[in-house]
Amino acid sequence: MLRYALKRLISLVLSLAVASVVIFAVIEVAPGDPASFMLGVNAQPDTLAALRAELGLDVPRLERYFTWVGGMLTGDFGTSYTYRTPVSTMIADRMWVSLPLALYALTLSTAIAFPAGIYAASRRGRPGDIAVMGATQLGIAVPNFWFAMMLVLIFAINLRLFNAGGFAGWENGIWAGLHSLTLPAIALALPQAAILARVMRSALLDILGEDFMRTARAKGLSSRQALWRHGVRNALIPVLTIIGLQFSFLLAGAIIIEQVFYLPGLGRLVFQAISSRDLIVVESVVMLLVFAVITVNFLVDLAYAAVDPRLRSRT
Amino acid sequence: MTKSRYRTFASALAVGASLFATQGWAQSDITIAMQLEPPHLDPTSAAAQAIDSVVYANVFQGLTRFMGDGSIVPSLAASWDISEDGKTYTFKLHDGVTFHDGTTMDAEDVKFSLDRARAEDSANAQKALFAGIETVEAVDPLTVRITLKEPNGNFLFNLAWGDAVIVAPESIENIKTSPVGTGPYTFAEWVQGDRVVLQRNPDYWGEQPALEKATFKFISDPTAAFAAVMAEDVDVFTGFPAPENLPQFEADPRFQVLVGSTEGETILSTNNKQPPFDDVRVRKAMAHAIDRQAIIDGAMFGYGTPIGTHFAPHHPAYVDLTGNSAYDPEQAKALLAEAGFPDGFETTLHLPPPSYARRGGEIIAAQLAEVGIKAEIINVEWAQWLETVFKGKDYGLTIVSHTEPMDIGIYARPDYYFQYDNPEFQKLMETLNATTDEAKRTELLQQAQRIIAEDYVNGYLFQLAALSVAKAGVQGLWVNAPTAATDLAAISWSE
Repeated sequence: MLRYALKRLISLVLSLAVASVVIFAVIEVAPGDPASFMLGVNAQPDTLAALRAELGLDVPRLERYFTWVGGMLTGDFGTSYTYRTPVSTMIADRMWVSLPLALYALTLSTAIAFPAGIYAASRRGRPGDIAVMGATQLGIAVPNFWFAMMLVLIFAINLRLFNAGGFAGWENGIWAGLHSLTLPAIALALPQAAILARVMRSALLDILGEDFMRTARAKGLSSRQALWRHGVRNALIPVLTIIGLQFSFLLAGAIIIEQVFYLPGLGRLVFQAISSRDLIVVESVVMLLVFAVITVNFLVDLAYAAVDPRLRSRT
Repeated sequence: MTKSRYRTFASALAVGASLFATQGWAQSDITIAMQLEPPHLDPTSAAAQAIDSVVYANVFQGLTRFMGDGSIVPSLAASWDISEDGKTYTFKLHDGVTFHDGTTMDAEDVKFSLDRARAEDSANAQKALFAGIETVEAVDPLTVRITLKEPNGNFLFNLAWGDAVIVAPESIENIKTSPVGTGPYTFAEWVQGDRVVLQRNPDYWGEQPALEKATFKFISDPTAAFAAVMAEDVDVFTGFPAPENLPQFEADPRFQVLVGSTEGETILSTNNKQPPFDDVRVRKAMAHAIDRQAIIDGAMFGYGTPIGTHFAPHHPAYVDLTGNSAYDPEQAKALLAEAGFPDGFETTLHLPPPSYARRGGEIIAAQLAEVGIKAEIINVEWAQWLETVFKGKDYGLTIVSHTEPMDIGIYARPDYYFQYDNPEFQKLMETLNATTDEAKRTELLQQAQRIIAEDYVNGYLFQLAALSVAKAGVQGLWVNAPTAATDLAAISWSE
């Protein structure tokens, strides 16, 4: 087990190293000088040179790469070119919006998908199943930004139950914060819930055909008892895998929803940083997301190994 | 008895109603939305207009300032004298002005600010504004003497820019994140990605403004902008990005729509050194191939004023030269044939992100195609535009709105990206800079407008409109945008 974990760990470090090179290269190679973007069309050459020196852009690329990587290893993500504040504090500030939003959306989508999927599986082929499957089909087809606009139109503009966007801030209380994240969370959660419900249903249906389910029924359990005690529990494995994938998607992929609801989250930070050529911010945030995904994969690998001893001996 | 009781009840109601009315009257905070968030809050070291939109005249003040009608008035300078030869300006400063951190604003601060802006290692985006300054002297705490190398008729105008505001050496270090100025509002809070909050300055040296607190919100998505105004989450949206929704606000009694003019001349910039654009007949042909009104209607939903030269139509010295480049595709074809391109030619059209360029570019490409010019559309981000078009001059055509006020002088710079090199025009600009007499200046400016119109340097399209939506009760908003600013001191609530 230890050998296996060590191997996985080495591959994790290697992936991170490769990712850092690719991210740095791709972002630095794209045309556009951050200094001339900031100073605009009337900037004079000596002013540009002064700013480039101030930002450390006059240093050769290779040196800058190592400074960047070296800094990250010690927790120093550098200083944003445009905002002039440490990138690490910017990311931390934005995390307080993005992370709760992702968790909120995930909770909602699970709360919707579990009952819907179980219900559909238990009513296989009957009108209830067809209705749920139709609804999930729709949920997958509808783009979430369009759905977000509809939510704003109905609940913010017409009913005035929510603000059209913006974030109230946790300092005004948990309720105020959750309230302002509700519409974005619903918009994010629904398409995810639709996918999850379908996975839940098909996983359950697979299991319902297994021999142990028949045994359970033969033992005298009602079909409902068999479904809950043996079916759902076994179906959780594929469902949890999907939930894990969805969480990283929700964290990294809320860029459009954050624009529609003008939330000060990570997605908006990346979006602004890209358009203003704030390279160091883009590089660091992307690197952080890569780190998150790779780490989650690493943990999942370990978990599989813990569950399935064959994996350990084979690698 | 019953009657009097009824009366008491009625008067109680009336008192209640008037209480409500007073409450409405007393609304003393405002939420103002705009599209772009400032990268930081130092107007003296970046070109981003969003910085000025938040801090200009609110947090920071200069010796002079812009008013909503574009006029230049005294700000921190109470008065000034200009020497006979036009080279020495002596400013008398207001007494009792303090910065928000309590330190006194005096002549030394003015000297510090101007010297910093023109220093060797200055990061000022408009350093050229200060290039003509020979020396800045603090004569006494309330007197500053500025000596110029040459007389400069634009000097007081230059000092009104946000890039020329007065800052203090004591607070300069953290100016980007916690700005300290002399204005009627102090910086309170900045939640990055979301809002900047300003608070009324109780120690302000001038008259106390009506609003106590102002929150600037940054909403970049046009649909989100529409929703935020409709849901009344914001009180004002300046630079409203969805012109197609304005009729809806106009029809709604809850809102008012303000349509004004900006300093943005939107032009089809042409690479004057690249063949075939080095031939004036080709440039003239393009001018006649373009239907300005169709572009304004199609790309800007009707908001914008056609122009025939590089000058703002609301300026008193403006000459209407749109007739020079009237829409006439037949003449355009004839001119192209005369220049040796009877079947037209191929070129590139670089389009930066704003909708005036992207939407306008589609229409222009179609109009040029009518006369045989095939313009290949290349969409670029701003950073890329600066690199390839502006610096690299590697382009045929591009569409840009030149938003700096009074920037006809760029036509006197042969190395500027459209590469127009006309010694006659350059000489005219030198004369203009050295002229302080208003009537004479107007005459020279009009001459300059005519020269670049007749040379068809660029395709002059339209003046960008300033579009704002506000709740009906907001008054004092600038209709025009002579510079990027939100003059909070002028704003109040009616009702």
